[in-house]
Amino acid sequence: MSIFINKDSKVIVQGMTGSEGSKHTARMLASGTTIVGGVNPRKAGTSVDFDGTDIPVFGTVADAMAETGADVTVLFVPPAFTKAAVIEAVDAGIGLAVIITEGVPVADTAEFYAYAKSKGVRLIGPNCPGLITPGESNVGITPANITGAGRIGLVSKSGTLTYQMMFELRDIGFSTAVGIGGDPVIGTTHIDCLEAFENDPDTDAIVMIGEIGGDAEERAAAYIKEHVTKPVVGYVAGFEAPEGKTMGHAGAIVSGSAGTAQAKKEALEAAGVKVGKTPTETAELMRALLTK
Amino acid sequence: MDLYEYQARDMFEKHGVPVLPGIVAETPAEAKAAAEKLGGGVVVVKAQVKTGGRGKAGGVKLARSPEEAEAAAAQILGMDIKGHAVHRVMIAAGAAIAEEFYFSVLLDRAERRYLAMCSVEGGMEIEQLAVERPEALARVAVDPLVGIDAAKAAEIVDAANFPEDLKAPVADVIQKLWTVYANEDATLVEVNPLVRTEDGAIIALDGKVTLDENAGFRHEDHEALEDKAAADPLEAKAKALNLNYVKLDGSVGIIGNGAGLVMSTLDVVAYAGEAHGGVKPANFLDIGGGASAAVMANGLDVILNDPQVKSVFVNVFGGITSCIEVANGIVGALETLGDAATKPLVVRLDGNSVDEGREILAAANHPLVTIVDTMDGAAAKAAELANA
Repeated sequence: MSIFINKDSKVIVQGMTGSEGSKHTARMLASGTTIVGGVNPRKAGTSVDFDGTDIPVFGTVADAMAETGADVTVLFVPPAFTKAAVIEAVDAGIGLAVIITEGVPVADTAEFYAYAKSKGVRLIGPNCPGLITPGESNVGITPANITGAGRIGLVSKSGTLTYQMMFELRDIGFSTAVGIGGDPVIGTTHIDCLEAFENDPDTDAIVMIGEIGGDAEERAAAYIKEHVTKPVVGYVAGFEAPEGKTMGHAGAIVSGSAGTAQAKKEALEAAGVKVGKTPTETAELMRALLTK
Repeated sequence: MDLYEYQARDMFEKHGVPVLPGIVAETPAEAKAAAEKLGGGVVVVKAQVKTGGRGKAGGVKLARSPEEAEAAAAQILGMDIKGHAVHRVMIAAGAAIAEEFYFSVLLDRAERRYLAMCSVEGGMEIEQLAVERPEALARVAVDPLVGIDAAKAAEIVDAANFPEDLKAPVADVIQKLWTVYANEDATLVEVNPLVRTEDGAIIALDGKVTLDENAGFRHEDHEALEDKAAADPLEAKAKALNLNYVKLDGSVGIIGNGAGLVMSTLDVVAYAGEAHGGVKPANFLDIGGGASAAVMANGLDVILNDPQVKSVFVNVFGGITSCIEVANGIVGALETLGDAATKPLVVRLDGNSVDEGREILAAANHPLVTIVDTMDGAAAKAAELANA
């Protein structure tokens, strides 16, 4: 088991024929993902060869779903076209849309999130690395060779910190690792992942990685206290971030006393979560929990 | 991107929000001329800084004549308000204020929609009002798929308990402010105070606007609003090179890939620095995913030009980014710099093509480069070198 994706996930790629889309489609295929098609209205009816695997291109998400039974879409679509592409996928009735694109205007995200929510479609991202259930399915840009399947669930706003943490705990492995993205508005939150991991019989413990900005970590801490029985260790990045400066991710900004790393760390600790001072220390906390 | 008040005023005017005439001045003489242009009567001279509390700090003065405006501008220009130097003032026409209100609309991150806030008690700091008299501050959720239409504006003025005769005119201004928010891709539009003048007009007297930089591609005019002169020169240089860089005060230069890992690197360096004289990171620099050797070299160039930097920590976990590119970027940059390179570099590589990357660095055998296997170990080494 796992959360959100597994070996049965049938994935289509919106933007597969673009440079990023084709590069990552090849990587996803190489890591065992079942990719059943790409979407590009101008190239409908053609196909793309990825190292001997022929992937058909459809004109619309609806066509791709009808032909292939796809239930997941991953988007490598430029920011200006992301909103239309997500809405198309939602209208086609896809179950899960993973939006890798960085630089989507937040008003667009707010709109397509509200729309997806009204139709019951789960979004992950935007501005995220996607998610991986090692050995089964890899939707997005996470390197598949860092580690294999195991019993830790991971949720993080950041891609590279996800990779770092998977690397630190590569001897134990992961059920699913979800990069939820660093934008101010994202489709799937820490809490959504915590809930899914809590309910996943193949996840024994959870690593939660947060960063400055907003109050998602504080909310997650309250959720953990109420609802999560599995052990959780935490890490928060951005203690050295100055007020009022955006640290790379559009959502990573401390405004006044809101969104500081210290407040997030304290909230997590108050909920009984052990919080590491470095990624390595955090991994050691997890290791200690699992080998106890 | 936060706008100055005068920029917000101009943007309000463009979308039909009632504002008072205002003219920007950078010298006392310009301030005098501006006051004359506004009719020579009472004006307000307002410091243009991107921070609150300027009134209390003496950054807003009433002037009864162009000469008084000139004198007030001379006092205000060059002031330091909470660390912000005043380079400009706005000369605004005076108004006979009968009442002060408050309105804002902003992104509500947690609820993933918008939030309108409105009060008939404007003028004071809204954070204070929210704490002391929360019942006086109406909070109304705004659906991103609908926005603030006539019905929503009516709901807002009702919730804020405006008197009947003001509901329609205030709701009208609120809808226009929503036009600013939606059409300009703002994440915050705040008016404090929104006033009723003695002759019954509703006017946005002061405005704060934050724009979404991700939406810049559909607003060609927004780039001109950026205050390039106020930016740190190294930040400006990095921006021109398309690098994601923030200048900080410490002495360990940082380069990494991915916003989260770089933020974490700053923290890990500061943590390690506790044992080395309290050294701190000198900057945030994210070379991004899949960076080439050229991007890596550009990044090093920016950091090595920071006189505060004593050592550099390159921390890369190669996901998409290949450690080969990173290593080649480091070697290439050091070759280009030649004898001008004098600061020690600590490099930690892991992930994609790590062995090849480490081999490239080992083969170059540059005397300034130290390879350390772990992130925490490398942070400690960089901190030690910065404190040497």
